[in-house]
Amino acid sequence: MSALIELKGVTKTYGSFTALSDVTMSLSDTNPSMTAIAGESGSGKTTLARILLGFINPSVGEVFYRGKDIAKMSSAEQRQFRREVQPVFQDPFEVFNPFYRIDHVLTTPVKRYRLADSEAKARSLIEDALKRVGLRPQDTLGRFPHELSGGQRQRVMVARAVLLRPRMIVADEPVSMVDASLRATILDELRTLNRELGISIIYITHDLTTAFQICDNILVLYRGAIAEAGAVERVIGAPRHPYSQLLVSSIPLPDLDRAWGNEEIPVSEANSSRPNAGCRFAPRCPHVMDQCWQSAPPKYMPDSQRLASCFLYRDSPIAPDEDVSAVFRLPGVAPVVVGG
Amino acid sequence: MTDKDKPILVVEGLHVHYDTGKGPAKAVNDVSFSLKPGERLGLIGESGSGKTTMATALMRLTRAPGRIAGGKVMLDGRDILAMSPRELRETRLRDIALIPQGAMSSLNPVMKLDEQMIDAILAHKPRMKRAELDARVAELLRSVGLDPSVAKRFPHELSGGMKQRAAMAIATSLAPKVIVADEPTSALDVVVQRQVMQTLGRLQDGLGAAVVLIGHDMGLIAQFADVVGVMYAGKLVEIGPVRQMIENPKHPYTKLLVESLPGIEVKQALTGIPGLPPPLVDLPPGCSFNPRCPFAFERCRTETPLLQDVAPGQRASCHLYPEHQSLPPLPVTARAQHHEARP
Ligand SMILES: Nc1ncnc2c1ncn2[C@@H]1O[C@H](COP(=O)(O)OP(=O)(O)O)[C@@H](O)[C@H]1O
Ligand SMILES: Nc1ncnc2c1ncn2[C@@H]1O[C@H](COP(=O)(O)OP(=O)(O)O)[C@@H](O)[C@H]1O
Ligand code: SF4
Ligand SMILES: [Mg+2]
Ligand SMILES: [Mg+2]
Repeated sequence: MSALIELKGVTKTYGSFTALSDVTMSLSDTNPSMTAIAGESGSGKTTLARILLGFINPSVGEVFYRGKDIAKMSSAEQRQFRREVQPVFQDPFEVFNPFYRIDHVLTTPVKRYRLADSEAKARSLIEDALKRVGLRPQDTLGRFPHELSGGQRQRVMVARAVLLRPRMIVADEPVSMVDASLRATILDELRTLNRELGISIIYITHDLTTAFQICDNILVLYRGAIAEAGAVERVIGAPRHPYSQLLVSSIPLPDLDRAWGNEEIPVSEANSSRPNAGCRFAPRCPHVMDQCWQSAPPKYMPDSQRLASCFLYRDSPIAPDEDVSAVFRLPGVAPVVVGG
Repeated sequence: MTDKDKPILVVEGLHVHYDTGKGPAKAVNDVSFSLKPGERLGLIGESGSGKTTMATALMRLTRAPGRIAGGKVMLDGRDILAMSPRELRETRLRDIALIPQGAMSSLNPVMKLDEQMIDAILAHKPRMKRAELDARVAELLRSVGLDPSVAKRFPHELSGGMKQRAAMAIATSLAPKVIVADEPTSALDVVVQRQVMQTLGRLQDGLGAAVVLIGHDMGLIAQFADVVGVMYAGKLVEIGPVRQMIENPKHPYTKLLVESLPGIEVKQALTGIPGLPPPLVDLPPGCSFNPRCPFAFERCRTETPLLQDVAPGQRASCHLYPEHQSLPPLPVTARAQHHEARP
């Protein structure tokens, strides 16, 4: 099987600081899926996104796009990779030049990748892309960035990505600057792109509720390493790693019978500098054991659709495959029943 | 009436306008509510609905092109909007304090934290001695879960969560009776958000202060508030006890807001509320929500509904609830039917 994208033992260091540690994962080319990457700020989400996009090189490890090492691509291959893997960033306002009309961010890629051989063809491509994301071309084109709402600007960015007919979109916190009430529609559009156009989507977020709603699988990062990974029904529905448990229990649900509770949560800032050879989460973990300080936990498989890097599951088998995608669920395959 | 039942904050007919070339934008439009000591009011609304304008007006910090166009803000019986400049200076921070939106960036970048806190305290208690001030700073930092050694740091040396805590320490330095917090956790991770909200809750319990928490995330508001108020296009369209607002909202906007909240039990279609809020300089006649409302009828397009009792403790401004009549149940929306159809 040739994967759409494959990371092999990817580590990124900045000086002595490890921003991302030993990530091996792949995404299916034949079953385009939606994968969430979650974790607190500083956990390495953007670093992973930038590596997937080919914006930065890993310090250790390789990245393959459709079987080719992206560090060794010819310039034609690189050009294709750049077109087929598209970013959507957190704050669309920064991407727009305030002095150009909205049209500019849409016509530039059409020209750069020679997507149309006439003005009329270009116009119809752009209009189709805008309609895809729920924008009316006549209300959008000709406007300046400040004349659109944050949600509309973000949609234009998604339209720009769609225009290039990508195989993959890497969306780094695409709705965290957008009102809760408007997030739903934008995310639903991402899901439609996945289902209807077969675009694989990486959705980076710290909002586990929307990750659960739109994604097939999730990867939870803690301080640069994978804490837990698997189908969202498993990882968010019934988290196993103590860090995922903390994340899920902190979701502010509008459900008065699922209150946050009052137990004190250890503050992460307090013990961040203390190095330790064992589990990165040990200083904050309510279940920490002696063993956790000695060595880093391997990836255990508490069940067939998830893995958790935590010694609480030392009686479970260790994941046979380094590639975390081995526990991922492919879309179209019936969801697992939690607790079933 | 005992002191505990007597409202500490009463807002009456508050109007705030921004003067624009196209006429006044009515960002706060005839808003009234009251708050008892120790009570937690959560004000929710989409961006542009007037939440920050309201928070600023409660402190009488409105700046041009904004102006307070009418109303009263009674704090413990005295109208903030009618105070002399001197009274106002004394009242702010001592009786009512604001944690501004983006408080994290509102800290002074070139002053150490303790200097900023001491400045704030000295403005009200000029005779306080240095040793006493230092002790107070340490106590305040501890009260928000920060180590007192943080006092000697500059804002850029703190994480987002720590800065937000520092802003809370400053806001509570004089033990105010009312704390207004404008989206205090919007830029924070979920775990830090929960910690910050729990800290705010503890501080408030300790002081017996009332809190106005402003936000756009119904989940967060529900976790914190006793009473929820919903803002739409400058108006307070519904207000009531949190459980009623979530389990039995009366105003169609609140109802759609609650229905569109995703959970983590079942996967469902993500839906928002179709359409956009109206421009504040050009409100539609009648109910401002009528162009987006699935229940709108003729009267909604001509007559402005007033906020009125719809259930015990719950008030809504909507023509579906004609005055003094028994209250019909809200018709079921397509989305709700879809919910019920599921096993
Ligand atoms: N260019 C860089 N130089 C040094 N440190 C960096 C650089 N980029 C990221 N980092 C560090 O790597 C860690 C992970 O960052 P990032 O991937 O942006 O996390 P996230 O997106 O999860 O918030 C952070 O501690 C950050 O400070
Ligand atoms: N300085 C200003 N000048 C003109 N209009 C303003 C100004 N500040 C806010 N507004 C308008 O007032 C409305 C309410 O803004 P705001 O109170 O910030 O809303 P919220 O906090 O709910 O997002 C917005 O529609 C905005 O356009
Ligand atoms: S390995 Fe130990 S410290 Fe780490 S999460 Fe599991 S129980 Fe906690
Ligand atoms: Mg990031
Ligand atoms: Mg605001």
